[in-house]
Amino acid sequence: MSSLRSITLATLRKDIRLEWRSRDALNSMLFFSLLVVVIFSFSFDPNAEESREIAGGLIWVAFLFAAVVALNQTWARELRNQVLDAYRVSPAPANSLFLAKALGNFILVSLLEAVMAPLFMIFYNLRALGPAWQLIPVGSLGTWALVVNGTFFAAMSLRTRNREIMLPLLLFPISIPAVQSMVEATRIILAGDGSARFWIVLLLTYDVVFTTACLALFETILQAE
Amino acid sequence: MKRAFPILAVLTALLLAYAFYEAIWVAPTERTMGDVQRIFYYHVPSAWTAFCLFFTNLIASIVYLVWKSSKADALAVAAAEVGVIFCTVVLVTGPIWARPVWGIWWTWDVRLTSTLVLWLIYMSYLVLRRFSDSSQTPKLAAVLAIFGALDVPLVYFSIWFFRTQHPQPVIGGGGSLDPRMLRVFLINLAVFSLFGAMVCWWRYRLEWLQREVEEVESLESLSGVAQ
Repeated sequence: MSSLRSITLATLRKDIRLEWRSRDALNSMLFFSLLVVVIFSFSFDPNAEESREIAGGLIWVAFLFAAVVALNQTWARELRNQVLDAYRVSPAPANSLFLAKALGNFILVSLLEAVMAPLFMIFYNLRALGPAWQLIPVGSLGTWALVVNGTFFAAMSLRTRNREIMLPLLLFPISIPAVQSMVEATRIILAGDGSARFWIVLLLTYDVVFTTACLALFETILQAE
Repeated sequence: MKRAFPILAVLTALLLAYAFYEAIWVAPTERTMGDVQRIFYYHVPSAWTAFCLFFTNLIASIVYLVWKSSKADALAVAAAEVGVIFCTVVLVTGPIWARPVWGIWWTWDVRLTSTLVLWLIYMSYLVLRRFSDSSQTPKLAAVLAIFGALDVPLVYFSIWFFRTQHPQPVIGGGGSLDPRMLRVFLINLAVFSLFGAMVCWWRYRLEWLQREVEEVESLESLSGVAQ
């Protein structure tokens, strides 16, 4: 157990350090989601009263697209110099590698959300009419839902042609219930329209189910070559 | 086994013709919907067949992951492909019926939406199989099938909750079915299940033969190099 944790932390630290030095993924994600937000502002009038109703959908779609940009780069770094092959033959548990990658993506996407959410609020003149603190559990559970499956499917699509397009094709259908939960919970909180409890519980269930599935099956995927 | 194919195929064709006759001429016309209701004899059996095939795909995928049997993988491909076809039939016949009866082609009702999401998941399964050409494709596909199966109850719950909070068009259902209609429905259900199983078996044989041919070809090319 302790080796799982120390290897996870070591891999995570390495990834964060690499990302911090290049900032490739973060910069491209930030710019990409900024573009999405601006294009949405032209497509849907942000001043209208309805914008509160659709803002939850817009913001999560922007994050979903941006997350795919980051997720696609997750394993690319390990393919160079056959790092992934080294992982396969090393005695380190496969799950620590997976957890490190998923946590790294989680931190990256959360950072993006922390920067973009206030901007989105300003552009759309939003303020939460419901309990705003609930946006934090919705945001973290929703982000985890996207990155845990995203990291897994990114590892799966390494073995396919058209790797970059394969990831959204696999990730989006499976993510439909998670995306619906995030969007509905955010909409309810922003519009102050009842309780978001059901959606938060559903998101939590989704996270637990798919985290378990990913941890149970990642070794199979990593060894598949 | 090989002999049984043509016999079973002819039998299935005859039974399909009989079920068609029953559905179009024998079953009574529904009082309010009229003849368009007869699509029910195709729509529901297709849905049933599609769900059975997707379930077969899941079981075959699990069997493959546990025992690495390539026969299970061939069955998984066959069941997924044929299942997607039947599911497409469901998604096409549904709106044809809904337009005159509900006045709309599509509604985001729980059954419609979950069927659509299921179709999307299995389409992504087939896309993965198409785009991945390594020898590890079966493993990846089997894992994806398990993920899809885990997703289905969550999809159902989320849409069920979402839609019960919103006004929805009246969904046909409840009420009792005329015994003559029930008889025709059951005939169609049985014949469609048989038809689905037939096509799936055929596709499975084809997949298996194709793999054997590929194996022989690669062995021949190897021996050619050796000479």
